[in-house]
Amino acid sequence: MLAYIARRILASVPVMIVVALFVFLLLRLTPGDPAAIIAGDMATPAQLDQIRQSLGLNEPLVTQFVTWSGQLLSGDFGRSLISRTPVLTLIGQRLEPTLSLAIVTMIITLVLSIPMGVLAAWRHGSLTDSAVMAVSVLGFSIPVFVTGYIFIQIFAIDLRIFPVQGFKSISEGFWPFFSRIFLPALTLATIYIALIARMTRAAMLDVLGEDYVRTARAKGLSERVVLFRHALRNAAVPILTVVGTGFALMISGVVVTESVFNIPGLGRLTVDAILARDYPVIQALILLTSGIYVVINLLIDISYAFMDPRIRY
Amino acid sequence: MADKATLAAAEPVIRRRFLPTIEVSRLRFAPTLAAICLAVIVAAAILAPLIAPYDPIAMNPMERLAPASWAHPFGTDPYGRDVFSRTLYGAQISLIVGLGAAFVAVLVGLPLGLLAGFFRWIDAILMRIMDGLMAIPSILLAIAIVSLAGSSLWTVLVAITIPEIPRVVRLVRSVVLSAREEPYVEAAIAVGSSLFKIMWRHLTPNTIAPLIVQGTYVCASAILTEAILSFLGAGIGTETPSWGNIMSEGRLYFQLKPGLVFWPGLFLSLCILSINILGDTARDVMDPRLGKGRNG
Repeated sequence: MLAYIARRILASVPVMIVVALFVFLLLRLTPGDPAAIIAGDMATPAQLDQIRQSLGLNEPLVTQFVTWSGQLLSGDFGRSLISRTPVLTLIGQRLEPTLSLAIVTMIITLVLSIPMGVLAAWRHGSLTDSAVMAVSVLGFSIPVFVTGYIFIQIFAIDLRIFPVQGFKSISEGFWPFFSRIFLPALTLATIYIALIARMTRAAMLDVLGEDYVRTARAKGLSERVVLFRHALRNAAVPILTVVGTGFALMISGVVVTESVFNIPGLGRLTVDAILARDYPVIQALILLTSGIYVVINLLIDISYAFMDPRIRY
Repeated sequence: MADKATLAAAEPVIRRRFLPTIEVSRLRFAPTLAAICLAVIVAAAILAPLIAPYDPIAMNPMERLAPASWAHPFGTDPYGRDVFSRTLYGAQISLIVGLGAAFVAVLVGLPLGLLAGFFRWIDAILMRIMDGLMAIPSILLAIAIVSLAGSSLWTVLVAITIPEIPRVVRLVRSVVLSAREEPYVEAAIAVGSSLFKIMWRHLTPNTIAPLIVQGTYVCASAILTEAILSFLGAGIGTETPSWGNIMSEGRLYFQLKPGLVFWPGLFLSLCILSINILGDTARDVMDPRLGKGRNG
């Protein structure tokens, strides 16, 4: 087991190197002077020189890459071009809203999508099944910002249940926090629900045909125990895989959702950085989110071995 | 986001066993309706110069934010431009980006996938690169490319296509890996057929059906990504009427005039929904093993 975990961790190192290499080359291979791109339109020649110096643009590419990744590994992601604050500090300030959004989204998703998928598989071919699948196709196809505005129109403007936009930290009380985070989280959850409900349904259909499910039913176990203890547990591996790959969806969803609902999180930081062409911030956000993506999928890979005793590596 | 490509990117082994199917497409009316819907959008895009009642970029300060009327079916935007005309023209951008991305992704991904499936050493290197590329969230990658290279239709197309390429490569590679064990490929190698002939005559035909299906998903995903980029202000220049741009400009006035967001949003959703349904239908028709079997 330990050898397997070690091998999986080692296997994700080249992935991160490729990500870093890509981000590195992106700036250097774009037509035009990287220093001018970084400095923006208002830069003086002296500033350009200083940036060239700090990036080591006069050195060979290999030396540049080694120096640059060395800085990254020691936690130096550079400074924002606009506010001159270290990028990591900026990211730290924006972490809480995004984390809150992600966690509430995940809770809503799991609470809704897994029962939906189980129900659809259990009543396979019925109207319920078709309804769940239709919701799933819709969730996939309606863009997050359209869903977001529909929810705002219905729940915030027409019904006046929730405020339209904004964010309050949970330290300011539960209801102020929850009333503002619920709509964005529900919006963001729609794609995720679509994805996981489908996968749960497909995985459950696969498992429900197995002998042990028939045996469990023959023993006279209640349908609930059969479905959730015997079937769902065995269907967990593919469902978990999708939770991991779907994380990439969540990131792009966060950027859009935070813009629609005016939440001051990492997504807003991304958009502000694009509009200001603040390249160091964009670069750090790409590296961090890719890193989180790799780590989450690594953890999921490792968890397979715990969840499914048949998997031996 | 309607990114089925991400779903398809799950571990290949697991994906093949558990590929979810859409039961909705069994209802025959869904594909028909989707085809009609898409046909209408395509017609709107092609005929936009003929049927649009106004110039989509002509501003008219006298009619700012006019409500829906016979003269302006979807009302006007904050600059007095006709939202109906802009939405029609917006279909052009979305379809160009969608078809362009699908075409280029296949054009680049097919040869790379063939090589990776056929040569072990290319496979080892290429797939590590693809894994790395797939670990970068596609929206962020596209944003970075646009913010570096400026916002033109071409940059946006490149920025949207690059993240889609690994998915095509992976698909082609998996098809080649199983096809090259087939007797007819071994026979072709044994009689000394040229590499090009083996790839073109024996391997490529196997990839066509799955590529058509994947192509529809790439198309839908590219249309969505373009809209998101424009919505965030990192897309095609704001003077071009695209659905994302119309929504991006309209969102400030959303509480006053929800139509500015909802009309282009409706077209965008219907377009993506139709393409996804047609893609699922194509999959069921072309590969009955995936559509039926234990899952169906």
